[in-house]
Amino acid sequence: MSTPLVGQIINLLAAVLLLIVFAMLAQRRLLRLIHLFALQGAVLTLNTLVVAVTLHQSHLYFSVILNLVLKVIVLPWILIRLVDRLDLRRDAESVGNLPLIMLVAVVLVILSFNVALPISELAGTMTRGTLGIAMASVLISFLMMITRRKAVAQVIGFLSMENGLFFAATSATYGMPMVVELGIALDVLVATFIFGIFFFQIRETFDSLDIRNLENLKDRE
Amino acid sequence: MTELLLVLCLPLIGAFTLGLRGDRPWAAEANASFSLLTLLAALALTARVMSLGPQVVLAELFFVDAFNVFLVALTAFVGFTTSLFSRVYMRVEQDRGRVTVRRLRLYHAMYQMFMFTMFLALLTNNVGILWVALEAATLATVLLVSLYRTPESIEAAWKYFILCGVGIAQALFGTILLYVAAERVLGAGGSALLWTHLYEVKDQLEPTVLGIAFVFLLVGYGTKVGLAPLHNWLPDAHAEGPTPISAVLSGLLLNVALYAVVRNKVLVDAAVGNHLPGYLMMGFGLLSVLVAAFFLYRQKDVKRLFAYSSIEHMGIATFAFGMGGPVAAFGGLLHMTAHSLTKSAIFFAVGHAVQKTGTQVMSDIRGLIHHSPAVGWGLMIGGIAILGIPPFGVFASEFIILTTAMRDHPWAAPVLLLGLGVAFAAIFTRLQAMVFGDTTAKRLPRPPALLPVFVHLLLVLVLGLYIPPYLAAWYRQAAAMIG
Repeated sequence: MSTPLVGQIINLLAAVLLLIVFAMLAQRRLLRLIHLFALQGAVLTLNTLVVAVTLHQSHLYFSVILNLVLKVIVLPWILIRLVDRLDLRRDAESVGNLPLIMLVAVVLVILSFNVALPISELAGTMTRGTLGIAMASVLISFLMMITRRKAVAQVIGFLSMENGLFFAATSATYGMPMVVELGIALDVLVATFIFGIFFFQIRETFDSLDIRNLENLKDRE
Repeated sequence: MTELLLVLCLPLIGAFTLGLRGDRPWAAEANASFSLLTLLAALALTARVMSLGPQVVLAELFFVDAFNVFLVALTAFVGFTTSLFSRVYMRVEQDRGRVTVRRLRLYHAMYQMFMFTMFLALLTNNVGILWVALEAATLATVLLVSLYRTPESIEAAWKYFILCGVGIAQALFGTILLYVAAERVLGAGGSALLWTHLYEVKDQLEPTVLGIAFVFLLVGYGTKVGLAPLHNWLPDAHAEGPTPISAVLSGLLLNVALYAVVRNKVLVDAAVGNHLPGYLMMGFGLLSVLVAAFFLYRQKDVKRLFAYSSIEHMGIATFAFGMGGPVAAFGGLLHMTAHSLTKSAIFFAVGHAVQKTGTQVMSDIRGLIHHSPAVGWGLMIGGIAILGIPPFGVFASEFIILTTAMRDHPWAAPVLLLGLGVAFAAIFTRLQAMVFGDTTAKRLPRPPALLPVFVHLLLVLVLGLYIPPYLAAWYRQAAAMIG
């Protein structure tokens, strides 16, 4: 494949990722949010595969498999099972002042591109232009965690942030060394299990998964 | 190198054994035995490193030098004494029905798992694995913070999980940026993330990228150190979890997170050459000292009080490492040691005091000295030590840090002194009322485990009066490396 075309494909996938993260920010329904998260994982995997095949980065095949299994299959499956068992299938929440949140997200994108500029000039990879998008995904996921009031949505924000970080690693360096990537994957998997345990603990104690119940610990006067 | 493998494997074996058999009556003893064996292995490792110098082992997977071997020994020691304290403490909690046997199994397994993550973070040669280990440390302790399943403890654990998770994600981004810069010099592949290789080329790394990377690394690991304004999780997690966990969070986790910051700082310092990392750390450090000092005043809960005091002391140590130079680094290392020993001793004494009075509210804890002189004196002496009154080790380290600050950065000295003064007034008045005054304490069915308290305080006293020459040499060696 010719290099400009590969560059175009990678940029296209990066743009799709940015769109998905915006969609997640605005999505009120929990189940749709999980579908979007799985889609994000799929696009991420596809992007890694394109980089691996066209730029002959054979160690990335391992990342592709890891991503496919963990982020497209296992994590969404765990999340959907949790939603079923917690009976949240029809759950939706108000996201607050959506236009304002979207504007903040746009500002974050501009900011990320500015911060990423000196770094991507130095990075020796073909995918370096997408570093700004990766950083924007991380920051927008963070924004999503702040704006959500439901525990499950916050956790999806957390996982989407991890996806953004993974994307940053692929675009700036063609991926981290294998042992590190394995370790990170293990941490994310264990974290998801523990989040699951937490949902039940929170529900048992507060009868709902609304984080507003979890804002009582202050420095008591 | 067998000692190093033992230090790593023993807690891991302990975690699995206790995970399977932790519901047996001897689980607490098994926990203490595993910790004792780990301590012996750590001491053997220390002896080896002191005689043979720094070592890189197992295909460069792990490395030990003067800086991390000192923290390994300290971690193993505090891990062991805390397991002794926890043996008695958790039995009392079980008698009171606050924890079930199944939760004790989780507790013991995760205690050993936490110790494993600490040793892995300290001994690994890989910057990425350091990140993985610190994230795993959060995962190991988060279910322990919510062990009692009270609404408060679940809230504290959730906050701890989310804040530290988000924080440490920033550190991962910093690590990726570090890898971007390192890859250009060292080439792609595993070796570009190894400390031993990075240190060899530290002055060739790209300054702009490393500068940006350090901001992310400092914010990320700084969240775990408890630096203001990222400290919100710390008082809640300390106050709502079981007291042995407060002791290891304060005494070990904060130190290891600071270790991660300092290791990265040495690298970035050499690359950027403009002392920016140092100023950032000094700023965060001073802010933490001030914020903690003024929050100390408002506390009603005894464990929150000492949690804020941990923020203050980690701020002082961060400030010291930020100043740089062998003397300040020496002071920082001494401060980490003295704070770790003193604060865990205080939490042991506080744990027993809370069990005796049945409350964590300070105004309801009165006259410990009448009913249980040993707990009362333990808390009083621990409090005096942490406030930096001579002749304890915290005084020695604070003195070194303050005098260095006066010489090199005179503007910072008044801020530090103000923080220390406010903290002194806030803690000392509370301490006096809790220890003396009319008693509210009740006798407990089990004798408290006070040996760890007094052993720790004795060590801090020794550190203040006379640092043994081999220990001083060891500190100097580490300080020269990171200064």
